[in-house]
Amino acid sequence: MSENTTANYSLGGQVPTGPKILTSRWESADGHTYDGYVRTGGYTALRKALTTMSPAQVHDEVKASEMQGRGGAGFPAGTKWGFLPADVHPRYLVINGDESEPGTYKDRLLMEKDPHQLIEGIIIACYAFGAAQAFLYVRGEMALAQERLAQALNDAYANNLVGKRICGTDFSVDITLTWGAGAYIVGEETALIESLEGERGMPRLKPPFFPASKGLYMQPTIVNNVETLSNLPYIVNQGGTTFKDLGGATSSGMRIFAVSGHVNKPGVFEVPNGITTFRMLFEAPEYCGGVRVNRKVKAFIPGGASAMWFFDEHLDLPLDKPTVDQAGSMLGSGAIVVMDETTDMVKACWRVVRFFARESCGKCTPCREGTTWLERILHRILTGNGRREDLDLLFEVSESISPGLAWPPRQTTICPLGPSAVSPIASAVNRFRNEFEHYIEHGRAIAGVEYVPMHAGSSHGAHAHV
Amino acid sequence: MSRFNDSNVTLAKEIIGRFPRAKSAVIPLLHLAQEQDGYVTRDAMSHIAELVNVTTSEVYGTATFYEMFKFEPIGKYCVNVCTNIACQLVGGWELLEHAEEKLGIKAGSTTDDGLFTIEDVECIAACTEAPAIQVNYRYRYKVTAENLDQLIDDLRAGRLADEIPPHGTLARVRQNTTEAWANTGIEAQAKVDAG
Repeated sequence: MSENTTANYSLGGQVPTGPKILTSRWESADGHTYDGYVRTGGYTALRKALTTMSPAQVHDEVKASEMQGRGGAGFPAGTKWGFLPADVHPRYLVINGDESEPGTYKDRLLMEKDPHQLIEGIIIACYAFGAAQAFLYVRGEMALAQERLAQALNDAYANNLVGKRICGTDFSVDITLTWGAGAYIVGEETALIESLEGERGMPRLKPPFFPASKGLYMQPTIVNNVETLSNLPYIVNQGGTTFKDLGGATSSGMRIFAVSGHVNKPGVFEVPNGITTFRMLFEAPEYCGGVRVNRKVKAFIPGGASAMWFFDEHLDLPLDKPTVDQAGSMLGSGAIVVMDETTDMVKACWRVVRFFARESCGKCTPCREGTTWLERILHRILTGNGRREDLDLLFEVSESISPGLAWPPRQTTICPLGPSAVSPIASAVNRFRNEFEHYIEHGRAIAGVEYVPMHAGSSHGAHAHV
Repeated sequence: MSRFNDSNVTLAKEIIGRFPRAKSAVIPLLHLAQEQDGYVTRDAMSHIAELVNVTTSEVYGTATFYEMFKFEPIGKYCVNVCTNIACQLVGGWELLEHAEEKLGIKAGSTTDDGLFTIEDVECIAACTEAPAIQVNYRYRYKVTAENLDQLIDDLRAGRLADEIPPHGTLARVRQNTTEAWANTGIEAQAKVDAG
């Protein structure tokens, strides 16, 4: 290691380690097959749950695990299941495999490399809260994940692990595999439910109804993320408290983070939750091995494109939900994007905002119009047509979408997509205002950043079909 | 062809049978139509409407929300170049420009021979392998200008036909509805719907 990657790790100089509980089969050539899964202990948790535990006991283990949902909001899974109204049936499990948050890259690998682990987790969850049917909704663009899951489901059905009288017990449940067709917003749980009902994927207004009380077909519905459910076989086999103790005091278990951008070895890492710091992930040789060509971190996105950006003063924070929340951002879906000191912050800000402008579903005016305006203003700054009043205008429009620009954001919209578009602006313009002003004055980036003129046809407004 | 052929009608009915309500099958059936014809025809949408008992405009209303559905013919190979933040940081835009030069078209358009369409797409969940692209939703990681050229040449020469099916085909393995299908959710929902 070179001098400036020799970090003084804040937690006793040790990079915390733990067992691979989610990614144990990722290196195995046949980890995705039925034989490969069963050979490595697969489906033992399902048999254990169905033949030796009551549904309430399974639910108790999940509550004891204190597992925070891995989809982005971080709500405890056991508590979420507890919101289902008693005695209202049928109830459904919807599995959110619509991974689309920029920077996020883990659910796809869990589906491609270990589909049976997910299926086992799904059946355990269905048993625990009495789901009549599960709907596995995969992102449309993930052809290999769809193929692997279809094969895995066919094998699981053939081996009496899904469907009628599973493992010879009285418990029966089906899993319907389906997928989307290209819409980021469908990752929002009520939009996903709309999409599953065959509609345009627009979020539902809530309150009054949350999915746990009225979801799919207005029946009680739990929407869980792929990574969340993939943890269930371990929790059932080893116990909720064993899982909890793998992580820190306020973040339990292991967790997968994808680190991309300007690091030497970008990668997807399973780390003890709540203990590992950003600096460790970026610098330790077993993880990313430092920022490329020994440059400094200028900014990083700690939890997907919707998150507020972090800077060098945040490097020693642990990846712990309450800690990151308190510091003014979120861990979200485990997506970390590192930008080194040569990064053009105006261009980075614009590109993230363009994403939200393109993916706005168009239901709420502040988001539909606001994200489009924000993108156009940033685009004209980048192309040398910025005006002096543009920075104030950016904040004025942002305020209309997310009053106060606070964190967590207040919103004038049904879902958080619009306020998410404000995060890169609040982050980059506040911190690097000089870079934006330089573009407005001189039509190009400040000295020291890698200036590449804009791709000509790259401005996009709201969703093409709205 | 544009309405479903006979084998796809059978398949469509099987897919509808996996959901408690028929309209839930609209998106899977749109994919099936796109697999059959390479894009979604107006007749296919009418046929889907008949099969799930809604109007054609309801099917059209759903279909037009989703970017993967195409309503006119596009290239046999759809080359999607990611330019979102993780890819932008390591050359996604430059790769897109290279693809445009190589094929002589702009993003969002199709070559005259009908072989290639280029799209400038949002994050495709391969951020640690950036810059990443998909051809008909099959990944290529850490793509350079050189291996993009090679990929285009291979596709044009038909050398990747086994790995990359024509546009419209996603999973080549389908979920079977076997005798083990329990029908629990569908029966339970039917009781609720019947009041």
